[in-house]
Amino acid sequence: MRSSFRASAAAMMAAAALLTAGCSTGSGTSSVEQNTDPNQKVELTYWAWAPNLDKVVDLWNEKNPNIHVTVNKQDGGDPAITKLLTAVNAGSGAPDLIQAEYQKIPTLVAADALADLSGTDAKDTKDAFPEAVWDSVTLGGDALYAVPQDTGPMAFYYRADIFERLGLAIPTTWEEYAAAAKKVHDADPEAYLGTFSSNDAGWFTGMAQQAGASWWAIDGDAWSVKIAEDPTEKVAGYWGGLVEQGIIDNKPMYTPEWNAALNNGKQVGWLSAAWAPGVLSGNAGATAGKWKVAPMPQWDSAKPATGNWGGSSTAVTSQSKNVAAASRFASWLNTDPEAVKALVDVAGIYPADTEGAKTALTKAPEFFSNQPDFYDVVGKAAQSVTSFSYGPNVNVAYNAYNDQFAKAAQAKTKSAFLDAVAGMQQVTVDDLKKTGFTVK
Amino acid sequence: MAATATAPTKAEKTASAGPGTPRKARNFRQRAMTPYAMLTPGIVLFLVFMAAPIAYTLVLSFQQKKVSGLGLGKGAQSTVFAGFDNYIRSLTDPEFTASVLRVLTYGAILIPLMLGFALLFALLLDSRRTRAGNFSRTAIFLPYAVPAVISSLLWGFLYLPGVSPFHFVADRLGIALPSLLNPDLITFAIANIALWGGVGFNMIVMYTSLKAVPQEIYEAAKLDGASEIQTALRIKIPIIAPSVVMTALFSMIATLQVFAEPTTLRPLANSLSTSWSPLMLVYRDAFTRNDIYSAAATSIIIALATFAISFLFLRIVQKRAFGQEN
Repeated sequence: MRSSFRASAAAMMAAAALLTAGCSTGSGTSSVEQNTDPNQKVELTYWAWAPNLDKVVDLWNEKNPNIHVTVNKQDGGDPAITKLLTAVNAGSGAPDLIQAEYQKIPTLVAADALADLSGTDAKDTKDAFPEAVWDSVTLGGDALYAVPQDTGPMAFYYRADIFERLGLAIPTTWEEYAAAAKKVHDADPEAYLGTFSSNDAGWFTGMAQQAGASWWAIDGDAWSVKIAEDPTEKVAGYWGGLVEQGIIDNKPMYTPEWNAALNNGKQVGWLSAAWAPGVLSGNAGATAGKWKVAPMPQWDSAKPATGNWGGSSTAVTSQSKNVAAASRFASWLNTDPEAVKALVDVAGIYPADTEGAKTALTKAPEFFSNQPDFYDVVGKAAQSVTSFSYGPNVNVAYNAYNDQFAKAAQAKTKSAFLDAVAGMQQVTVDDLKKTGFTVK
Repeated sequence: MAATATAPTKAEKTASAGPGTPRKARNFRQRAMTPYAMLTPGIVLFLVFMAAPIAYTLVLSFQQKKVSGLGLGKGAQSTVFAGFDNYIRSLTDPEFTASVLRVLTYGAILIPLMLGFALLFALLLDSRRTRAGNFSRTAIFLPYAVPAVISSLLWGFLYLPGVSPFHFVADRLGIALPSLLNPDLITFAIANIALWGGVGFNMIVMYTSLKAVPQEIYEAAKLDGASEIQTALRIKIPIIAPSVVMTALFSMIATLQVFAEPTTLRPLANSLSTSWSPLMLVYRDAFTRNDIYSAAATSIIIALATFAISFLFLRIVQKRAFGQEN
């Protein structure tokens, strides 16, 4: 009977989708047993998605014939992590190394997917990185779960030509940002200084981080969730107010409409991260030379701060048989001057390594050839990134951000924005409790 | 005992060694095995790709992840038997109920329009006065060949006021068009995409069954003085009723499983949540929240509901549609 066929097909399709995730992880287990002899040849697999990373790894392979690394190109941060978690559940199929975004580390640690590197060479790289970045790979404890690779310190990008035409000064505080937003919108009712995007949880997290938020914390042997607290509420209320007045747009970023607005000058600014030049040159190539970067507007000018939007690390998985060799490679990749230079030049990332960033990033990106001191501004921002801790269910909190703030952005009221923060907190805490985490 | 047991075997052996009988016996055995041999590929495929995944989904739906304390480090997480917990949570989840209601509204808009248009086009193509029939049929059918993700992207462009040519022209003419991506219109926006893609398929099904009707019936009707419209209403529609019922059933099932269109449109606007439709909720639980256990339970509920609705629908319309056959 057709209907019963269709019905079971629905169940099967859902099940098949789950199975596919399991089946697609077959590639790349290290077959070598735990290696102690330094002269024995070691094969390492590395799941990563940064562009052209294999070319950087080639440099390592040339110099280290005994430790050969093969890059296995991934679609992106989320699918790679889903695959890794499936492999860990299955007991085999994980690579030796994986590119992991900072916010994914607690989830991976909770699933016992990462090896502790505190007993390897990697612990000596501590001084190469800003403290806030180091905290996110140690989770504030004694263990070390990854070596930082790149960061996304946030800064304010703006159309210098339009600012000049309107006689606007660069906003240094959020108060001035609001005033500038009003002037931009008053001059042209279709133009906005920026938009509040419900699609980009990482963006909002960076802004909350700047205001001093840190959403998760380990409190003895319990987790605490601190989303619905003063810093995040302040940020949400501020943006809710701007959207309610109508002087900031409420449409998501990364849509065809947003791209068009970047191109035709209807989006006059963008609060973004160090990697923005790549996006701008791709999405609004015609506006090259018209943009400039400035530090983020501040809540307290006396204590300049910024947040991170994006950034990732190199972690060794719990299934690796060659933790020491993998850790040596991860340290080299992210702190060796030659490797960092290659990461900047061919992979186009903003390195987490402080010294490496300084020496590798000297010339402004081509899109910003009008601003020779581009990396001075971004470098200063990178030094002012405040500390932020992630928890074991960032995925749930980010998903709650999407749904809660979509509603708020649509409602266009300050109170809806504050409700959204409360909603995020609720969903995140409920999820932790449901799974059995101790929550304070 | 042992002696009596071996005796017939010996007898059999001698019998099978004799002339004549062995071939017959082997032939008979072969003939009996043949159907099973031919069924084997089907059975294996069914077991591997149908029964096993369903069984696995069922197993998953009765489990859940349990964590103790901070949940960090080795052995802090385990999978435990959950009983009906996942099912109870799914059924009492307001998000699930809301997604079901949204999809029912969506179906109430989509299905009558889709079947109405499909029937209208099929009848028009079948009427005697049709010109350029082949071209029109292909043109109406063509959108069905466009994958739902692609068509949703295309329509997404047309819906976004900032890049839409419709909004551009309306602006020039001084008309203020409402954005179809607003929360109160989004259901229509999604239904429109499904309508665009689905009318052609349903039309072809109806048109094919119209073509199977013997021409004599129409000639008789014509001789009796029936007009084209009368022929359509009194003869054609009743005759193809079974295929209308079938397309309705397919459309209902497709409606319950709507996923690609809202998922593709979601990043373009604030009006769609990640749990807009039941399948989106399943996807979110499985792949965004890494909770395959809840997702499995919700999948089973959706499958059972689909089955129940299909069965009920057939029960209700069977008499009307297939009554003439008995």
